[in-house]
Amino acid sequence: MKGPTKGRFLIAAVVVVGTVVWLAFTGFEESKAYYRTVEEVQAGEAAGRRLKVGGDVEEGSIEWKDDGLHFRLTQEEHVLPVRYRGADPVPDTFKDGSQAVVEGKIGADGVLEAVKIQAKCASKYEAEYGAEAAETEPRYPGS
Amino acid sequence: MNELGSIALITLYPVTLFGAAVSFFGGKTRREGFVRAGERSLVLSFLLVSLATFSLVALFLRDGFQNSYVANHSNIDLPLFYKVTSLWSGQEGSLLFWNWLLGVYGIVVLLSNRTKNRDLMPYVTSIMLISMFFFANMNLLAANPFRSLAFASTGSMVPFTPADGRGLNPLLQHPAMVIHPPILYLGYVGFVVPFAFAMAALWTRSAGTRWLAVTRRWSLLAWLFLSAGIVLGARWAYVELGWGGYWAWDPVENASLMPWLTGTAFLHSVMIQEKRGMLKVWNVALIMTTYLLCVFGTFLTRSGIVSSVHAFAQSPVGAYFAGFLALGVFFSFGIVWLRRDHLKSESSLGSVLSRESSFFFNNLVFLVACFAVLWGTMFPMLSEAVRGEQISVGPPFFNKINIPIGLFLLFLSGLAPLLAWRRTSWESLRRSFTLPIVLTILAGVALFLLAVRHMYALICFSLSVFVVTTIAMEFYRGGRVRRGQFGEPWPRAIANLALRNPRRYGGYIVHFGVVLLFVGVAGSSYNRNVVEELGVGEELAIGGYSLRVEELEEGETPNYDFARASVTLSREGEPLGLYHPERRFYRASEQPSSEVEIRSSWKEDLYMVYASTGPNGGAVIQVFRNPLVQWVWIGGLVLVAGGIICLLPTKKETS
Repeated sequence: MKGPTKGRFLIAAVVVVGTVVWLAFTGFEESKAYYRTVEEVQAGEAAGRRLKVGGDVEEGSIEWKDDGLHFRLTQEEHVLPVRYRGADPVPDTFKDGSQAVVEGKIGADGVLEAVKIQAKCASKYEAEYGAEAAETEPRYPGS
Repeated sequence: MNELGSIALITLYPVTLFGAAVSFFGGKTRREGFVRAGERSLVLSFLLVSLATFSLVALFLRDGFQNSYVANHSNIDLPLFYKVTSLWSGQEGSLLFWNWLLGVYGIVVLLSNRTKNRDLMPYVTSIMLISMFFFANMNLLAANPFRSLAFASTGSMVPFTPADGRGLNPLLQHPAMVIHPPILYLGYVGFVVPFAFAMAALWTRSAGTRWLAVTRRWSLLAWLFLSAGIVLGARWAYVELGWGGYWAWDPVENASLMPWLTGTAFLHSVMIQEKRGMLKVWNVALIMTTYLLCVFGTFLTRSGIVSSVHAFAQSPVGAYFAGFLALGVFFSFGIVWLRRDHLKSESSLGSVLSRESSFFFNNLVFLVACFAVLWGTMFPMLSEAVRGEQISVGPPFFNKINIPIGLFLLFLSGLAPLLAWRRTSWESLRRSFTLPIVLTILAGVALFLLAVRHMYALICFSLSVFVVTTIAMEFYRGGRVRRGQFGEPWPRAIANLALRNPRRYGGYIVHFGVVLLFVGVAGSSYNRNVVEELGVGEELAIGGYSLRVEELEEGETPNYDFARASVTLSREGEPLGLYHPERRFYRASEQPSSEVEIRSSWKEDLYMVYASTGPNGGAVIQVFRNPLVQWVWIGGLVLVAGGIICLLPTKKETS
């Protein structure tokens, strides 16, 4: 490759990659969310930041009110109240006892203002390992 | 059946290992007997993996709930159709199915190369067998589909058979879900063939353009399956998941997009090697990366290292996948290093304004996009490793990068066909581009005046006009030549043009499909949605439409309970029909599921969801107005049609 042509390609490549890096950086600043446990959130860590908190949906805590969907997220003995007013419908997998990851910021009242909920039914569709799983599985009447 | 499947899987282990070794040795010593033994091992491996797969299917059909996988993914009342497709609804079965597809590809490659490429075939056979070995290994050690249920009772294990299974995840009980996984897997697995040939060609120092010629159709076929699989997956998400969209930058989606990006880059860059003898290392590296990304994608979704809505539970297959990947990277790039002297370029990039340079930018940008997707997907893990805390990035990150990249690629797809190889003169540029550029500017101004003010959407629609014009010009020019030469009428001239050079004109049709797809995606800039609780007789309005609840009912079927709203839809007082969005609760799996109703037209979709039963006893109804979504699916179909044309053999002139 001749000198000047090579230089032009190099400049063009740098421009392209540079633009993408800049876009990546701004996109990252807009959408980054920090994973925190319920306990860490309650200890007042990371207030004001966008958080992702995982836990179990407390049985019987789901309530539809005029100002959104309220529920409590638990992790061992720690409990976090959540209010959801996001644009997307609540996922089908979200229900009492399911594992959920909520994304949002902590409001002044200590309630997590969620903009996104992800939920899955833990171990519902995956056989657990070995025989212990079957043993702790009381659901089969034929056993 | 359980025992039969188990035995088949276990036998697969020594057979694949033996075959891989003997085939490699046969290739190295050029002893035909060893080579044949390797090929027979591949046939035997295919038969064994088929036996294992069909045993599992038979267990599903006979409700063999003593099998843990069947008990967890099926139930008696499940429709027959879904009992078969339950095969790939979980980890163990998916891996077995993947391995079976490897076997299928292996057999087809074997049959089509009985007299050709004899120097490469021993290594190809060997690589296929090693891949099968690894998947058999994972099935046996980490995700065995043939485990029986048993419980511990006073120190000994007692087998038991539950009366009914736990049922198939209702989200998977959808026709698109029946064809989406096999087609996607056919894409993923299909890249093993060009990968194996590339490796074999490198190893035997014959990495000229022959391996490209041998594998051109294979890579195109795998790419087509992958594309169709991705579009079908998007379609499934749209009609089944009930959130009004089709792409969410979920790790599983990203996993399928990454090999598609590098695979698409590969399909373009091989043309440079064929025409100019350049980019040999690059092409080999691209196809290796593509196959390894296919495996990596499966690793990502199966290992549970990245949390995802549809990822499977955490499991030890991750470690085996990581091992397979590490070995794959080590060996493939090691071979490239060993053979680097053989991969010298025969010429160099010409002017910045040339066909080659447009391919250079195409490849650069596809790879940058792939890297960005990889980075975003892996970021939670990377940040944990580096900073000790998990930080995730969301859709804005991916959109911010990929929308401009997509638009740039769209622009290139209109530009490149009109550029000459080596160097394009300003004079020919002016001649070729006057019409497309004038039309693009006119379209842009018209759209702006019609209140299309969203910047990216406006750019996307205008560029679409640009690309469609250049494609039409290409067909027109070729057709005009044929008319002059053979006196053919227009339709036949166009058809013959495509059949005489299916790769080029099929490629243009693929580009046209991409344009339609982009138009559909750009429509999402104007998505709107409303959510309200409605009682009987109450109405909701969205963008000129109104929706009125006529009836609310609840009921049950053997498989699920349901709550359903019957709603009439009308636009400016004119009735458009009765719709029944529904919410189901599947008893066997204790899982709710939304059955959405969609009113589609070429202009927009109205997407109705029964979100939940509200606090006041009414139905919480969510309605989305999604412009131009139809064009995503139509674009997908056109893309596949164009790809099929590319696969056609070249028709010889018969006059």
